[in-house]
Amino acid sequence: MNASPVTRAFEQASAENRGALIGYLPAGFPSVDGAIAAAMAMAAAGADIIEVGLPYSDPLMDGPVIQEAVQHALAAGTKVADTLRTVEAIAGAGVPALVMTYWNPVDHYGVTAFARDLAAAGGAGLITPDLPPEEAGPWLEASDAYGLDRVFLVAPSSSGTRIATVTARCRGFVYAASLMGTTGARNTVSGLAAGLVGNVRAHTKLPVAVGLGVRDGAQAAEVAKFADGVIVGSAFVQRLLTAPDLTAGLAAVRDLTAELASGVRGERVTTPAPSAAPSPATVPVTSPGS
Amino acid sequence: MTGYVGARSAGPGTAGSPAATGGPVTRASLAGATLPGAVPDATGHFGIYGGSFAPEALTAALDQLTAQYAAAQVDPQFQAELARLLHDYAGRPTLVTEVPRFAAQAGCRVLLKREDLAHTGSHKINNVLGQALLTRRMGKTRVIAETGAGQHGVATATACALFGLDCVVYMGEEDTRRQALNVSRMRMLGAEVIPVTSGSRTLKDAMNEAFRDWVASVENTHYCIGSVGGPHPFPTMVRDFQRIIGVEAREQVLAMTGRLPDAVVACVGGGSNAIGIFHAFIPDSSVRLIGFEAGGEGPEPGRNAATLTAGSAGVLHGMRTYLLQDDEGQTLPTHSISAGLDYPGVGPEHVWLRESGRASYRAITDSQALDAFILLCRTEGIIPALESAHALAGALQIGPELGPDGVLLVNLSGRGDKDVATVSERLGL
Repeated sequence: MNASPVTRAFEQASAENRGALIGYLPAGFPSVDGAIAAAMAMAAAGADIIEVGLPYSDPLMDGPVIQEAVQHALAAGTKVADTLRTVEAIAGAGVPALVMTYWNPVDHYGVTAFARDLAAAGGAGLITPDLPPEEAGPWLEASDAYGLDRVFLVAPSSSGTRIATVTARCRGFVYAASLMGTTGARNTVSGLAAGLVGNVRAHTKLPVAVGLGVRDGAQAAEVAKFADGVIVGSAFVQRLLTAPDLTAGLAAVRDLTAELASGVRGERVTTPAPSAAPSPATVPVTSPGS
Repeated sequence: MTGYVGARSAGPGTAGSPAATGGPVTRASLAGATLPGAVPDATGHFGIYGGSFAPEALTAALDQLTAQYAAAQVDPQFQAELARLLHDYAGRPTLVTEVPRFAAQAGCRVLLKREDLAHTGSHKINNVLGQALLTRRMGKTRVIAETGAGQHGVATATACALFGLDCVVYMGEEDTRRQALNVSRMRMLGAEVIPVTSGSRTLKDAMNEAFRDWVASVENTHYCIGSVGGPHPFPTMVRDFQRIIGVEAREQVLAMTGRLPDAVVACVGGGSNAIGIFHAFIPDSSVRLIGFEAGGEGPEPGRNAATLTAGSAGVLHGMRTYLLQDDEGQTLPTHSISAGLDYPGVGPEHVWLRESGRASYRAITDSQALDAFILLCRTEGIIPALESAHALAGALQIGPELGPDGVLLVNLSGRGDKDVATVSERLGL
């Protein structure tokens, strides 16, 4: 099988001696076309890979920010087809697009049919936060048949045996959830993230990307020192939620992408007000439970 | 884990039970029975249902729970302590009461298994005491729970008070309004009740919020799921803790009538009281097992919570089961007059029991449940929970099929104090 677009994006970032930037946005928020425009803004400003969230009624791994956006998207009538259309637009712009989805919408659509339609839209694969590899038989087959990446998650609580099991089924990259918790921006990078990435590297040569809790350039720079990729979601969604209109939202997404893209390059970055996050250099990194 | 877990775990329920006339119920004493298969398998599958669709962050905790539960099942000290609590604290065995004046409307003999008389007023205490013991065994100090009607929340708050554990209960905002009495009870018992304002603001959303808490707190916190749902091992473990209902009732009915009942009926939301009373009867092929779901205001999507009769297969809350969902796989809103049945999923073992043909399921509307509620109040002086009233309405449907010599066992899963405001409002009392 040829290297997937996701693999190539990680290879390129690695060749440039930097981390890859992975941005997340839910389809259908603030509207289907608005989300596509936001993804385009992300792509233009330096995102290497884009995750498109498939809106779902029961997002039990998501914090309040993404919940609010997804509820809005569903209330406005966003369908699976809209997610696929969003993927098609991003892939058409030459940026690898993965779908982040809870399992039931795919299960209900039909796993093979979903894989077929995702591949036809130019999608690179799926990130599946509530599908453990043990329950993923049909998806393992369909992703092989359609040449799609399959990204399972590992967590700070995952044992070595467990990490081996999960990473053996991954393709594209491994999603390392940096902390024990739901999605949402945090003030500091989880102290568990670096250790987890190290544990994952003991079991796989796949790129490892860190998600959950990263919100600004300084944090992205810190994560990029030990991980192959940095995943940012809620911080983008928050920009769109608080923007007075779509134009302002797109500008905010563009600015944040540029800041994060500088971060993953280890460049000097500034953290804009009002977040006023303390520099990681002056604040001890704490575990999320503390 | 191997073999038929439920049969092996008969011990905890019967060890201290004065109702156990013939000694502990064992696989052998369920003689002549043909079990419809070994369920669940080692990873919690009932046929294709169940399993574990949990976030990776919870996998380690679920593995720990599975291991600790397996160890507890063969730990005589654990079993003795659970048996003691069930007898001395929860008041087991609960009575079986024959209700002839109610039965006159059903057209057959009707016996009620009186879970309403268990401490805290419902069957939920059976499971919670077991999980509280496991919480202590795992060295955890905090318990979270979801609740719909508040019965599971009250039971959890009670056990946490007894064991000195911190307790947080998630409850849909809509349910905190219609079950205000239980909110007060939980707070009196020292629990923190968090009204959930996301989604439909009912049981499903309370469960989402409890999972979100658990992912962040799993190191010191046990999630005490109240029904036979969620990721493995919950559906099996909760069933095993509730199985005592049927174990007791089977012997009590035999002692009272000299024979097995012709049918056993129960209400089904998530399905814990139903599986609890059904399970010991599964090998008795002459006994019909019938679950009654919340038919709400009728069959239109969104106006009921009749998952098995109106739903389809899918994945929610960590399990493959039946769901009420739209054509995109989005969970549908539900409605029931009974907060405890107002849930768009159902325990995976019920799906399996239905597909194997061993049990059947029907829907009861709000107004049918209300009629049965009032009928039991006025004929027998027993105020049932609105959830249990669905089973009573089911009895009125099944009775004529059994005839005057028929014996029908109804699980009266809870008492109705919490529902007096809802019923008074509906009936203008």
